[in-house]
Amino acid sequence: MINEVYRLFAPKQFRVDLVDEQPGPDDVIVRPTYLSVCAADKRYYLGDRDQQTLKRKLPMALIHEAVGKVLSDPMGQYKLGSDVVLLPNTPFVKDDVIHENYLPSSHFRSSGYDGFMQSFVVMRRDCVIPFAKADPQTMVMAELMSVGHQALWHFDRVAHQRRQRIGIWGSGNVGFIVALNLRKMLPDSQLVLFSVDAKQMEYFSFVDEHYLVSEIPDGLRVDHAFECVGGSAAGMVINQIIDHINPMGTINLMGVSGDAVGINTRMVLEKGLSLLGTSRSTHEDFAAVIDLIDGNEDVQQYLSTIINGVVDVKDIKDIYTAFDAALAHPFKTVMRWEI
Amino acid sequence: MIYAEILAGGKGTRFGSPDLPKQFQMLGSKPIIIHTIDQFLLNPRIEHLLVGVPKDWMSYTADLLRKYVPEHQRVEIIAGGETRNETIMNAIRHIEAKYGLTDDDAIVTHDAVRPFVTQRIINDNIDALKDHDAVDTAIPAYDTIIHVDADRIITDIPDRKYIQCGQTPQSFNIRKLVANYQALTVQEKEILTDACKICALKNDKVLVVAGEPFNIKITTVFDLKMANAILMERDNDK
Repeated sequence: MINEVYRLFAPKQFRVDLVDEQPGPDDVIVRPTYLSVCAADKRYYLGDRDQQTLKRKLPMALIHEAVGKVLSDPMGQYKLGSDVVLLPNTPFVKDDVIHENYLPSSHFRSSGYDGFMQSFVVMRRDCVIPFAKADPQTMVMAELMSVGHQALWHFDRVAHQRRQRIGIWGSGNVGFIVALNLRKMLPDSQLVLFSVDAKQMEYFSFVDEHYLVSEIPDGLRVDHAFECVGGSAAGMVINQIIDHINPMGTINLMGVSGDAVGINTRMVLEKGLSLLGTSRSTHEDFAAVIDLIDGNEDVQQYLSTIINGVVDVKDIKDIYTAFDAALAHPFKTVMRWEI
Repeated sequence: MIYAEILAGGKGTRFGSPDLPKQFQMLGSKPIIIHTIDQFLLNPRIEHLLVGVPKDWMSYTADLLRKYVPEHQRVEIIAGGETRNETIMNAIRHIEAKYGLTDDDAIVTHDAVRPFVTQRIINDNIDALKDHDAVDTAIPAYDTIIHVDADRIITDIPDRKYIQCGQTPQSFNIRKLVANYQALTVQEKEILTDACKICALKNDKVLVVAGEPFNIKITTVFDLKMANAILMERDNDK
């Protein structure tokens, strides 16, 4: 089977590579139907990584958020034509302690390994999960949701049980899915959102309060917090959280920062805080959020509100259109993949 | 119902060597024709896939299918005809005898030696059949096309914006194609080797969908070398 693999080979430059695929008897062949652009993809597209990283990782097909249809399954486990979510993490080692998303031996798509911008994707059968009800265009948010789910799993394991007020810093995609996961997991907790962007905060109809970071009341305190900002503002945000969190709270760090960040460790120690790092997600996270999305129309509706645009992709020119649209919009850009 | 036929009726005389017919030669890990068949088998809109090969090569083709295509039962091998159009007509006779024909039945025909055809091109052909009885696939002409006479003197240089280079698939409403073909005289049938040309001459509107520059036809030894150069191995560490 000859596959078309649409690879970024230099910043803002895609090409099609024709690849001689040789699927194994155990592999499933999936045609992607919807792909969603992530911030990490935008960084590669812009060349916003250091030169050594770009040299090591490119050329590479981008995108790690995708759903598709099963075209071939030699073992007959998946019905042909059925909708599946594609998992970007391919684990190779089973470890009873360390999760597959933290194992260096795992291959993560669109981060050193080809992502889903391909005519077909040859998938290991344990890396696809079927879904039945939700619109595929919404279900493409499953990967993003699974990252929030992983963060909450970590939080749930570590954070003490006083969970009356939980702060979320950042009103981008990660902030949104963390808040949405929290709303479902802790329906009685008060969710408080903090951001620099008043307009974006308006999308978060399911949180209880929101504040501009420049206007946080002095006495405002949260029991636990999620940092969903990253980038150059990460340090400022983490230190603001430290100021506004109650003693023995946990801070989930979810924003990616390219630089080392200075943290007010004196107050971390004084308050006895726990800082948790989370990244990516596991098969279990995916299974849980696919159930959550498939079974909850409100979750589907909320996720649809952060899809800024759907771009039909039939050739390479459309890929540029989609990425340029993604750069211009704060939330999600989805590609209807018809290439 | 959408049928597809892979046209592999040629015996490769243009290759000019005692080698295997070109459609059976290796491209990367598989014979060219198998790559082409794989691409059509993966399109869920095509309900029956036929392969027209020279009669003497039918058993050989069946062996290749058993060896390389896990779903080989889904491919029906039929004998090709003397000409390209006769190979298509043989497929249509086979379809009519086995499945019956309706006014909506259509056939997507494709050169076995164009293994780089894409799902987008196949889908565009099928979509175009909704409103057209005949569909061709082409790309813009990048070179200047010159028309010469028998003495190699230029008689015309057509405006490039109206010139396209034909590829395949070519797709047809089956009953319309048969009617057009049967209306030809014996001499016309010999001259008109392109089924889309027959439809165009009979005043059917033939819609052209976009091909791809890499959807090349492997006709010569040079083409095969090019195709092998284009095709990359899957690097499992990527």
